[in-house]
Amino acid sequence: MVTLDAASGLSAPFIDPLPFVRRKGDERHLELLVRGMHCAACISRIERAMHALPGVLSARVNLSTGKLALTWKGDALEPRRIVSAIEALGFDASPFDPETMERDKGAETNFLLRCLGVTAFASMNVMLLSVSVWADMAGEMGEGTRLILLWISALIAIPATLYGGLPFYRSALGALRVGRANMDVPISIAVLGALLISVVETALGGEHAYFEAPVMLLFLLLVGRVLDHRLREQARAAAKDLLAMQSGTALRLAGDGSAAPVQVTAIAPGDELLILPGDRIPVNAVLIEGESSLDRSLVTGESMPIEAKAGELLYAGVRNLTGRLRVRAIAAVGDSLVAELTRLIEAGEQRRSAYIRWADRAAEIYVPVVHTIAALTLIGWLTFGDATLRESVMAAIAVLIITYPCALGLAVPAVQVVATGRLFQAGILVKSGDALERIATCDTIVFDKTGTLTYGRPRLTDEKSLPPGTLEDAALLARTSRHPLSRAIAEAAGPGAIASESSEIAGKGVEARVNGEIWRLGSALFTGAQDAEDDEALSLWFRKGERAPVRLTLHDALRTDAAQTVEALTKMGFTCVMLSGDREAPARRIAEALGFKEWESGITPEGKTEKLKALRSEGRRAVMVGDGMNDAPALAEAEAGISFGNAAGISQSAADLIIEGERLLPIVEAINVSRASRTHAFENFAFSALYNALAIPLAVAGLVTPLIAAIAMSSSSLVVTLNALRLAKGRATT
Amino acid sequence: MNVLTFLIPIAIFLGALGLVAFLWSLKSGQYDDLEGAAARILLDDDEDDAKRS
Repeated sequence: MVTLDAASGLSAPFIDPLPFVRRKGDERHLELLVRGMHCAACISRIERAMHALPGVLSARVNLSTGKLALTWKGDALEPRRIVSAIEALGFDASPFDPETMERDKGAETNFLLRCLGVTAFASMNVMLLSVSVWADMAGEMGEGTRLILLWISALIAIPATLYGGLPFYRSALGALRVGRANMDVPISIAVLGALLISVVETALGGEHAYFEAPVMLLFLLLVGRVLDHRLREQARAAAKDLLAMQSGTALRLAGDGSAAPVQVTAIAPGDELLILPGDRIPVNAVLIEGESSLDRSLVTGESMPIEAKAGELLYAGVRNLTGRLRVRAIAAVGDSLVAELTRLIEAGEQRRSAYIRWADRAAEIYVPVVHTIAALTLIGWLTFGDATLRESVMAAIAVLIITYPCALGLAVPAVQVVATGRLFQAGILVKSGDALERIATCDTIVFDKTGTLTYGRPRLTDEKSLPPGTLEDAALLARTSRHPLSRAIAEAAGPGAIASESSEIAGKGVEARVNGEIWRLGSALFTGAQDAEDDEALSLWFRKGERAPVRLTLHDALRTDAAQTVEALTKMGFTCVMLSGDREAPARRIAEALGFKEWESGITPEGKTEKLKALRSEGRRAVMVGDGMNDAPALAEAEAGISFGNAAGISQSAADLIIEGERLLPIVEAINVSRASRTHAFENFAFSALYNALAIPLAVAGLVTPLIAAIAMSSSSLVVTLNALRLAKGRATT
Repeated sequence: MNVLTFLIPIAIFLGALGLVAFLWSLKSGQYDDLEGAAARILLDDDEDDAKRS
C-alpha cells in the first residue's frame, strides 16, 4: 500500500533537471522548456519568480520558443526548486539538452537572413546606379561616366551575387551530383549567366550590362526562402520540443538505496530504477517490486489500465499510475521497443523521401527543354543568322532570362507558405511542404481508435442520473489519484477540495476518512458491491460509510466531431478505414457508431504497417491518423501521417501534420487546403507554360533585349505570387 | 558630373552602414524572440527593478 498525501501525491511528477545543468566555474546554467506562456504577464511572473530564488544571476524567457534560460551561482539553489517554482505558477517545465536540440536550428535561418541582407543592400545600390544609366536616353552622359557607374555596379553585384546565391548554388550542385535537376539549377544558371554577360559587356564597353537583374532576382527569391524556412522551422521546433519532453530524466537507485536523477540516455541494462506514480517507464524493464496500475495505451492502444505483477516485462512508454515501482532496466534506450518502432519509422520515411516534389518534377522537364532552346538559339544565330558572337549570346541570355522559372522558383513555395500559414492559424502544424502535396493525392484515410477517434481516456457518462452531491463527494477522493477513472471523475466535477486523510490501494481504489466515516471509491469488490457485468462500459463504485454503494459509469467517449469528420471525409470521396489495437467489442461499437465499413481490431503495430502496405499494393493512397506509439510506424509508412499535439512524441516525429486541440475536423480543413494548393500550383504552372509559349519565340527571334526580358519575367512572377496569395482568403471549413 | 565622386561613395557608404547594422543585429540575436519583444514593452521596468534590487 502506498500512501499519497496531499503534499507529494498531487503535485505533478517531478522531473529533476539536475543532469541537464551545465557548470562553468562557479556558474550554473540550465535551459527549460516552459509550456503555457503566452503574454507579457507570463514573462514577468516567471522572471520575477526566478529572480526571487537564491543566487540567480539572470533569467530570460524567450516567448517565441517557449524557453527559459537561467544562470545562477553556487550550489545553494537546487535545480528541483526551479521546476517547482515554475509549476507553482501554473506552468509546465521540462529540461532539455540545448546541445542536441539546437545543433542545426538557427544556423540555417541566420545564413538565409545574411544572404537576404547582402542582396537587399546590393540591389538598392545597384538599382540606384542602373536607373541613372537607363535614364540617359539622350546620351548626355559621357561614355566615361557611364562606364564608371557600371564598374561600381559590378564591384557591388559580383560579390553580392556570389555570396547571396550560395543557398541556390549549393542545392543545385547537390541535385546535379546525383544526376537530377531541381528548380535551383535554372535559377543558378540564369543568375550567374546574367552576371557573367554583364561583366563581359562592361569590359567591352557594350550596351547590355544588367547588374541589377541577378541581385534583384536573388533578393526576391530569398524573401520566399526565408518565409518558407521560418514556417517549417516553427513546426519542426514544436515537434522537437515535444520529443525533448519525452526524454527527460529517471530516478536511478544506488546500491545504498538512495535515488539520484539521471538522463534517460545514461541508463544501462541492469540499473535499478524507481518509477514514481505519473512517470513513464523510460526503457524496457522488469518489475522487481511494487503494486500499481499501468496505462499501456501509448504502447498497445488498449484503453484500460492493467495491474503490474512482479517479474513482468514492462515496455518503455508505459505510464505508472498509482504506486511506486522498483524496476530493473533490461535494455538501454537504444534497444527498447521505442527504438524498434523508430527503425520501422525510418524504413517508412526512407520510402517517403523518394517522393519528388511538383516543382522538381516540372523542373526535370523544364530545365533540359529551356537550356536546349537557349543553346540552339546561340548556334542558330551564329550559323544562319549572320550575327556577331555578342549578339548571338545576348539572344541566348534573353531566352534564359525570359524563361526564368519563376513559377517553379517562387510560385510553388509561395503557395505552400500561404497554405502552411493558413493551416498554422487553424492549429495545424505542417512539418514539410511536400506533405501537403502528398495529402492532395490520397483517396483513403486510416484511423486509429483509442486517442484518435476517441479521447483516449474514460469520461463519466451518467452524470445526470447520479444522486445529487454524489459526484462532488466522490471527487474529493478522486482528486487524490492518478488512475484514469479517478481522473475522469475529478474532471467531471471540476476543481475543488481533496480528501486529506486518503490512501490509494493499487488495483482496488481510494479510501479516505471524511467526517468520521470511511469513504471508498474503487472496484466493486473494494466497495462491497455486486458488479454489473458490462463489456462496454467501465464502472467505478463509490461508498460512503455503511450506505449502499453507487455506481459511476464511464466510457472512452468518441470525440465530439468524430462522426461529422468521418461523414465529411466520405463525402469528399475518401474511403475511411479503422485499425485498432484494442479488443473486438469496443472496436466494433465505435466502428458501427461511425459507419466504418472497413475496420480491424486487435492489430499490432507491425500489423498496421502491413495493412498500409497492402493498401498501397491495391493502388490506394492512404493518409494515416493516429496518436499512439503503436501508430508511429504506420504514420511513417502511409503516404502522409497526421498526429495530435498531445500524442506520443514518437508518433509526432513520424507524422507530417500535427493537430493541436481536441478536434478532428481540422483534418478536413487540412485536406481541403492541400487540394486547393495543388489547384493553385497547377494554375501557376499553366500560366507560366502559356507565358513561355508566347515569350520564347520572341526571344529566340532576337526581338527581346535582356532588359525587356527582365521586366516581363518580373511581372509574370508577380502574377503567380498573387495567385498563390488568393489561397489565404479561402474560408475555413471548420 | 564631379559631384558624383562625392555622392556615389556617400550613398554606398550609407548603404553599407545599413548592411553592417543588419548583420550586427542578426548576430546579437535580436531576431531570436520577436514575440517576446512585443510583449516586453508592456512590462513596467521600474517596478521590476525595484523588486529585483
